[in-house]
Amino acid sequence: MANIKELARKPELLTGGHRLCAGCGAPIAIRQVLSAVKNPIVISNATGCVEVSTTIYPYTAWNCSWIHVAFENAAAVISGVETMYRSLKKQGKVTDDYSFIAIGGDGGTYDIGMQALSGMLERGHKCLYICYNNEAYMNTGIQRSSATPRGADTTTNPVGKAAAIGKIQEKKDLTAICAAHGVPYVAQASPAYWNDLITKVDKALNCGGASFMNIIAPCHRGWRYNPEDTISMARLAVQTYVWPLYEVENGKYRITYRPKEKIPVSDWFKSQGRFRHLFKPENSGFIEEVQKKVDASWERLEKLETL
Amino acid sequence: MPKIIARTGDDAVAEAMRQINPDVVAAYPITPQTEIVQFFSDFVANGKVKTELLCPESEHSAMSACIGASAAGGRVMTATSSQGLAYMWELVYIAASYRLPIVMPVVNRALSGPINIHCDHSDSMGARDSGWVQIFSENIQEAYDNTIQAVRIAEHANLLLPVIVTLDGFIISHAMEQFEILDDDTVQKFVGEYKPEYSLLDAKHPITYGPLQLFDYYMEQKKQQHEVIKSASSVVLQIASEFEKISKRKYELFEEYRMDDADIGIVVLGSASGTAKTVADKLREQGLRAGVLKIRLFRPFPAAELANSLSHLKALAVLDRSDTFGGLGGPVFEEVCASLYNYQFPDGHKIPAVNYIYGLGGRDVTLDHIEKVYRDLEGISRTGKINNLIQYLGVRE
Repeated sequence: MANIKELARKPELLTGGHRLCAGCGAPIAIRQVLSAVKNPIVISNATGCVEVSTTIYPYTAWNCSWIHVAFENAAAVISGVETMYRSLKKQGKVTDDYSFIAIGGDGGTYDIGMQALSGMLERGHKCLYICYNNEAYMNTGIQRSSATPRGADTTTNPVGKAAAIGKIQEKKDLTAICAAHGVPYVAQASPAYWNDLITKVDKALNCGGASFMNIIAPCHRGWRYNPEDTISMARLAVQTYVWPLYEVENGKYRITYRPKEKIPVSDWFKSQGRFRHLFKPENSGFIEEVQKKVDASWERLEKLETL
Repeated sequence: MPKIIARTGDDAVAEAMRQINPDVVAAYPITPQTEIVQFFSDFVANGKVKTELLCPESEHSAMSACIGASAAGGRVMTATSSQGLAYMWELVYIAASYRLPIVMPVVNRALSGPINIHCDHSDSMGARDSGWVQIFSENIQEAYDNTIQAVRIAEHANLLLPVIVTLDGFIISHAMEQFEILDDDTVQKFVGEYKPEYSLLDAKHPITYGPLQLFDYYMEQKKQQHEVIKSASSVVLQIASEFEKISKRKYELFEEYRMDDADIGIVVLGSASGTAKTVADKLREQGLRAGVLKIRLFRPFPAAELANSLSHLKALAVLDRSDTFGGLGGPVFEEVCASLYNYQFPDGHKIPAVNYIYGLGGRDVTLDHIEKVYRDLEGISRTGKINNLIQYLGVRE
């Protein structure tokens, strides 16, 4: 359990002055992640919103060692950094204990970076991979990714006369894919539940192996809601069961937060412009269909918890 | 004491890597480079090196990991061939622009398609403008010697650039040859310890690697890369002269073989240089003044020195083991022509120069092929007339 007073006094590793949008979910999530870090760290950042907005030369918003190389390889780069750390530590050339974190958006993680992520997990580098998941390619202007949910309107699967629901395909369950690697720690988190998130980061960094966290990071530009509602969105995602908070620790599933009252998914769809078309007559039945799937996913998660 | 031993080229390069004893090696297997990684993995498994070996899931991740490892402040090596180098392409450029002294033997193999596993230079030529220093090897001895020198060149304080050392796939990598291996201690002393100025693992001095540079800074950064690689020639010569002291073997930017009084000459790189020298010797016996210029340093291209060395020829052929498809000819031919164009000949004359593309996908280049080139040159030197500017050597028409 984190103590918020202590956390608030910790020096920020991602400082203000970066150029992310006001109300962006990503830096809120990342600052929470970094508040759990105790050792010196190295961050490897995939190309994306966070990368382009925090290191516009000759400025940097990072008060820790940070490297960006390309879009799809944050996990491979951090693997290299961590391997060099082990080599130099073994030789006595580095004495401090370090933590290693890779950060990527959903495009850089679910899609183009998935192979490198899988490699990092399989090789068991002592690194935490953080996906700040805003469910589309927001940096290039809201294109669909494999994290985009079915029914969302994006610029590459726009709603049109011949495309009533927008994206047809379901989003990929990357958290489950990562868990299937058999690594010691995998979790889903939301910045609306900061204590849950920070506790998970602490567990991940101390799990003794590779770890992965999928963090919902609402984007008001892409999702179309008011910028001040980012944390409300991050909470609603959890309360509607669209984004369950759970962890898989050494193979053991555990739901880490159970909403007291389940809010229907229609409230989720109502809250964002990207889903507005789902309420049109031609899409009748769609929301009920999604509700059934969300319910089934939750039931499945509850079953997994009993294993 | 140095010893004469018989090894394949891959084995010799792996021995050089063992003696260099890098902090991290990250490499992915591809024919004909695979044996380098295999032999080296044996050294790791048997505690003969202190290296942490990272076996990534692709060449893309291999070079990504090398970049991360090198930025973390230690000595890093990898090796690849063909598609592997092509798959690394975007990272190869990034490694050079981040000024990371990674050393990478490239066992030259033809690029797909169609898929082929044998030698040509299309792979490393594809990386010629990436900002890496590129050194070509004629034989196993040179592949071994160049690998050791590459570490010092890459890490030179005035340079800090990644270096590719090439060896021809199968012809050098899998053929067994005698070569002289230096003592482990001698190599260790020669390469010394790498002390980086910046490291990601310096908690007191956090650094940002790879920020966004737009139109206000990008161009200055590129100009710096341009300046620094230009200065690599003098570093290559300095390291060669230090290496000569421990090995008694002399290396330069290129090798001039019977060029002093030559009328006709062939410019070539890699293993075909040996074939060209043999033919030059034979034709010399017949009274033809034939010479060979073997390029060692291809990047940075030693344009002025090379043009000066060729300036007395009456006719010249450039042999290319790859094509540029729609360019002037092969990539070496383009470089040589550009070098000659900018050379100030005292009387304003021009050397007739022709191009032969040979050995693609491992096609054998024979003594007869090279002799035909010299015979063509002899005709051109007499008449001053070029009938075929670019020819494919040893191809079925």
